[in-house]
Amino acid sequence: MPRVIRTKVEVEGCWSEKVVIVDGDDLRSWPAGSTSIVGAAVPRVDGADRAAGRATYTQDVQLSGMWHARVLRSPHAHARIRKINTRAALESPGVHGVLTHRNAPKIPWYLDSFLFDPHLRYAGEEVAAVLAESEAEAEAALRLIDVTYDVLPAVTDPEAALAKGAPKLRASGNLAGGASGCYARGSVEAGLDAADLRIESSFRTAGALHNALETHGSVARWDGDDLILWDSTQYIFGIRQGVAEKLGLALNRVRVLCPYMGGGFGAKNSVRKYMVIAALFARESGRPVRAVLDRVEENLSTGHRHETVTHVRLGVTKDGHLTALEAITSAGGGAHAGGMMPVGGPFRELYACPNVTTEERAAQVNLGPQAAFRAPGYVEGTFALESSIDIAARELKLDPLEFRRRNISRLDPAMKVPYTRSSLGKVLDAGATALARWPRLIRRAGDIARGRGLAAAIWGVGGGPPAQATVMMQADGTLTVLAGTQDLGTGTKTVLAQVAAEEFGIPLANVRVTLGDTGVTPHGPASWGSITVPSMAPAVRLAAADAREQVEALLQSTQTRPGRGSRKPARATRRHRITLAALADLRKTLGDFTIVGRGSRWPNPEGKRVVGFAAQWVEVAVDRVTGEIRVTRAISVHDCGRVLNDRLATSQVEGGFIQGLGFALMEGRRVDPITHRVLNPSLLDYKVPTIRDVPPIEVIFLNEPDAAANNTGAIGIGEPPVIPTAAAIGNAVADALDIRLTETPFTPRRVLDALAAARKEQS
Amino acid sequence: MSSDRRANLTILINGSPTSVSVAPDRTLLLLLREDLGLVGTKYGCGRGECGACTVHLDGKAVYSCLMLAAECNGRAVTTIESLGGLGEGGSTHPLLSAIVEEDALQCGYCTPGQAMSILALLEARPNPTDEEILETLEGNLCRCGAYPGLVRAARRAAMELRAGGAPAAAMPGPSRSKKG
Repeated sequence: MPRVIRTKVEVEGCWSEKVVIVDGDDLRSWPAGSTSIVGAAVPRVDGADRAAGRATYTQDVQLSGMWHARVLRSPHAHARIRKINTRAALESPGVHGVLTHRNAPKIPWYLDSFLFDPHLRYAGEEVAAVLAESEAEAEAALRLIDVTYDVLPAVTDPEAALAKGAPKLRASGNLAGGASGCYARGSVEAGLDAADLRIESSFRTAGALHNALETHGSVARWDGDDLILWDSTQYIFGIRQGVAEKLGLALNRVRVLCPYMGGGFGAKNSVRKYMVIAALFARESGRPVRAVLDRVEENLSTGHRHETVTHVRLGVTKDGHLTALEAITSAGGGAHAGGMMPVGGPFRELYACPNVTTEERAAQVNLGPQAAFRAPGYVEGTFALESSIDIAARELKLDPLEFRRRNISRLDPAMKVPYTRSSLGKVLDAGATALARWPRLIRRAGDIARGRGLAAAIWGVGGGPPAQATVMMQADGTLTVLAGTQDLGTGTKTVLAQVAAEEFGIPLANVRVTLGDTGVTPHGPASWGSITVPSMAPAVRLAAADAREQVEALLQSTQTRPGRGSRKPARATRRHRITLAALADLRKTLGDFTIVGRGSRWPNPEGKRVVGFAAQWVEVAVDRVTGEIRVTRAISVHDCGRVLNDRLATSQVEGGFIQGLGFALMEGRRVDPITHRVLNPSLLDYKVPTIRDVPPIEVIFLNEPDAAANNTGAIGIGEPPVIPTAAAIGNAVADALDIRLTETPFTPRRVLDALAAARKEQS
Repeated sequence: MSSDRRANLTILINGSPTSVSVAPDRTLLLLLREDLGLVGTKYGCGRGECGACTVHLDGKAVYSCLMLAAECNGRAVTTIESLGGLGEGGSTHPLLSAIVEEDALQCGYCTPGQAMSILALLEARPNPTDEEILETLEGNLCRCGAYPGLVRAARRAAMELRAGGAPAAAMPGPSRSKKG
């Protein structure tokens, strides 16, 4: 019988209460070494389709009679629409509709805004939308919309926005949520008094743009009263819920499709205006409507990692025990921020320290809304924390590895509960062993100075309910897994197939996974917070086990031939009873049929926290003349529990490290201080890593199943690899040149400035 | 942009002479994707910044978003579909196998462009150096960071193609006539 259980689930440093429905019993995690398909480094099941251009992404959906929507965006960072005239646009060739705040339904959006709102709070905010037969005609008509704006004073720097007298985005003031997020344990002042060494430093991180290669977009088609929406999203069920709400539709009238997805990194988590614009135009015109953003719109309006300023105070004894940590962070949350990302998280959680204060305050600023970006908050906060730790270790002349070992916490220091297992020490040891194999560091060669740096990371990776799955066995013995998730490119489809094949006991090739379709799968979670595998895979395993048990029972009751099978199925040997021959017999008996197994993710263990620790070492070569930093080698060590597929997990780590490298060395949204417009909303001007920037990356997994975490023993790996990279690189530069880089990106200019400042100090 | 003046072109697309009538400002990318339905070639930026739309023009890798369709009149355009689009009979091109085997992709959106860049290199330089591989791929961005796999895949594909896995040459087929 189904039961209801109350539990708590952590996603990206935030906890929420969940009520979940489970049935039967959970399974125990497979013992290490007992699996043959789970744990095998099989190639991704959809790799060839993606590589060959056969996979249909949202951008590739072309429907008969499809029309196109384009959006007119505010040229001003802060303005009010005084007049808007759309007549010329409507008369333009191929145009079939224009939506503005005057004729569009007043659908609430953000905190206090609407789908189309005359009050525009960032350059890039939606002013109007045009429907036309072709994208080019829609684009041409945008230029014919005549808008008169009252331009208002704007502010884009977070600290300036929170200062007295700053231009206000709202009458209530610019502090997002109306209050700072504050945390304290012990007394930082007492901890600083007790310290032998006190460090004070400030760190800045630039706004970072996701720039998934597939830009945001939707294609909407109505089938009677049903809306079918293709959307490039990380959360098909969230989009279903949100779009249904915006349009006043029942959940079973909205079908969201995302069979293939061209990257998201956090920017594609939530309902966006273009989805509703496409749906409205499609309903009005009776045509399928495509609304896809171009690269510039993408970079103005679909989210970013918020820029931060963090003021750190740290106290430590001379033998390297932390006595105090304080982090006061301001961030720019964009125009519609209700809060901010947990930048203080690493300060609260990574090390045992009795006295910790964090304060997080987000400013509403005249820029596009922020969005989660791979380990939001923790990337920014870990840069500040792990740079500060390195400063302390260098001043105390303590080995940075040993320093970190001395501050390992046995309990989660913020929640005061044990981890399912504490692995930071093991992660550090594994990295140290790999590091010992690196050749001796040659510190100087001409203008090139070399150094090495280390940084560690923590991330809540437990996942949790609700996640449901269905596994159907078809008459020919093949399996169809129905999972309400999506594959961003992480390999979700592949690992879910592995889990089902392993549990059911059939070859991987006989399993097909359907995901990215709310019309046919039970509910599944968003692909964020490194939760997809630890949430979804246990549900798939339970569904496969349920199907298997039903088939076993069927085999038991239909096997009539003498000498085949015993009356009492022994649990230990049951897996061997499903053979292809037995399934063929079953088909002869039953004809075409479907066995439906169901699975629902059980809660995480009570009173324990599931975390993934990581540590990275990098070596850098810095040109003292040009200021250029090159990362020349790296080690990335992770505890992600059982590695379901080493090939895919390694790709996750390499990709995360490379994004971290980009964040550290080159990525930064630049905003003009006068006009408050984004200066680099393109891939030409906003630099992301190319193939030349990538060093050899040695990826190491502890690969020990976390049996307490869930029935697969696997925990998340998507985000930890991006978290420590900037600090590790900064620490390596400090090792190379004895300069401290406190602001990302570490451009050649900043390196040269730091070198000049250091020379000045010496003389 | 609508225009009364249309260009009537014949382009050899994946071996098939294809007649099209397009607006003079139609890019090769939009001709392929929107007019001919060859959506394996991806839109990433439309302005020559990312490489997702890479195809071959007379055997050389080009960004199709920076080419006007009209510039391709009488020339040969090869797209990712030539390597194993639907209807190719199920055999996988050695380059695609190498990409899958080396996990040289995550989301896969940039991958067709990466593949076409690698293929152009291997056709010109069957045994490329790592430097040549980097030079070839530095104009193809991958935001997922599949770069280490891409280098390995290029090396592996070169080896396998030299060892005799023949590239699936575009087969001549019936001419197609489409309006765009």
